Amino acid sequence: MTILQDVVDNINYIGAIAVFLIGLRIVVVHSNMIKRIMGLNIMGTGVFLFFVSIGNVTGGMAPIVDPNAPGVTYINPLPSVMILTGIVVVVSVTVYSLSLVIRIFETYGTIDQEELSQMARRNHHNDR
Amino acid sequence: MRAKLTDIVFVIVFVVLVIGVMNMPTDATTAAPAYNDIINHYLEQGADETNAVNIVAAILTDYRGFDTLGETIVLFTSVVAVSSVLRSARHDWKFDDDE
Amino acid sequence: MTMNDIIVKTITRIVLPFAQLYGVFVILNGHISPGGGFAGGAILGTTLILYTLVFGRKKGSKKFSHRASEIAESGGIMLFILIGLIGLMLGGSFLTNLDAGFPAGELGSILSGGMIPLLMIAIGIKVTSTMINLFNLLIDEGVHS
Repeated sequence: MTILQDVVDNINYIGAIAVFLIGLRIVVVHSNMIKRIMGLNIMGTGVFLFFVSIGNVTGGMAPIVDPNAPGVTYINPLPSVMILTGIVVVVSVTVYSLSLVIRIFETYGTIDQEELSQMARRNHHNDR
Repeated sequence: MRAKLTDIVFVIVFVVLVIGVMNMPTDATTAAPAYNDIINHYLEQGADETNAVNIVAAILTDYRGFDTLGETIVLFTSVVAVSSVLRSARHDWKFDDDE
Repeated sequence: MTMNDIIVKTITRIVLPFAQLYGVFVILNGHISPGGGFAGGAILGTTLILYTLVFGRKKGSKKFSHRASEIAESGGIMLFILIGLIGLMLGGSFLTNLDAGFPAGELGSILSGGMIPLLMIAIGIKVTSTMINLFNLLIDEGVHS
């Protein structure tokens, strides 16, 4: 029973880990670069969920304070602020990788990692 | 075979991470370690010190405004980097869409 | 690259002003309600992306040209730094708020918080122009080749 209680208490964190690992599996298994960038985004979402869950307080209010009502419990506002930085970084990384993928497609005609490494191996072989 | 092995590795990693989380101090109360003195200061004196009701906005632009400046510079840098990678960022652009 | 669907065009024409008004509302109410510069700027940028997607790159560029987005891009950061420098001159350190003499206003009303609404507007301009700029850069590459 106690382990079930632990799972229920930490369900946010377990969900965050699951989302993170789904993204990581996409990055590892697929060789299509667009799918890999999507996986990177999903990994980022998992990290955001984990971070925001740290600031959660059961029964707490959103941190919009009301000076006329003292004694109200508010959630931790700091992780919410920090996550804004994380979202900005993930957007920047996504757009930059997409632009690199466009360049790679124009140069080599493929966005498949396996084909690209085969191409590189062939070129290396021909040079020698 | 290889895909199955990858999935097994991922299940093992999941179990290890969940065990790690179970040993974290993750009680969702005000006694959690992340809910420390500075959070209490923000929530109690934030409205007086910045005169803004939304404490998230107060932290974002007042207490940690320099961090937000860096954030906007990250966005600016991403635009600069993308337009340097994609060569078509020209002013004399001819649109060939019909409308 | 335009959509020739009458339903999409009509609904976009109807919905777009309300969505943009909502984005401006979220930016201006950032200090008294959930939201702020990043969220409101994302909403505004998304409406511009929707307009470009539905009516084509040419019309979209007429509404918000490359030149305008360049000015908004650097103007947002410039406004942020300018407000910070005002705090540095009058209050002693970069981004000083109430000690630098920014009007405090009444707690909880829309004119409160000193420089916080001004910084929110700067961030909103910045995020809006960044979103539409990045989208246009990626889309132009597709049209070109």
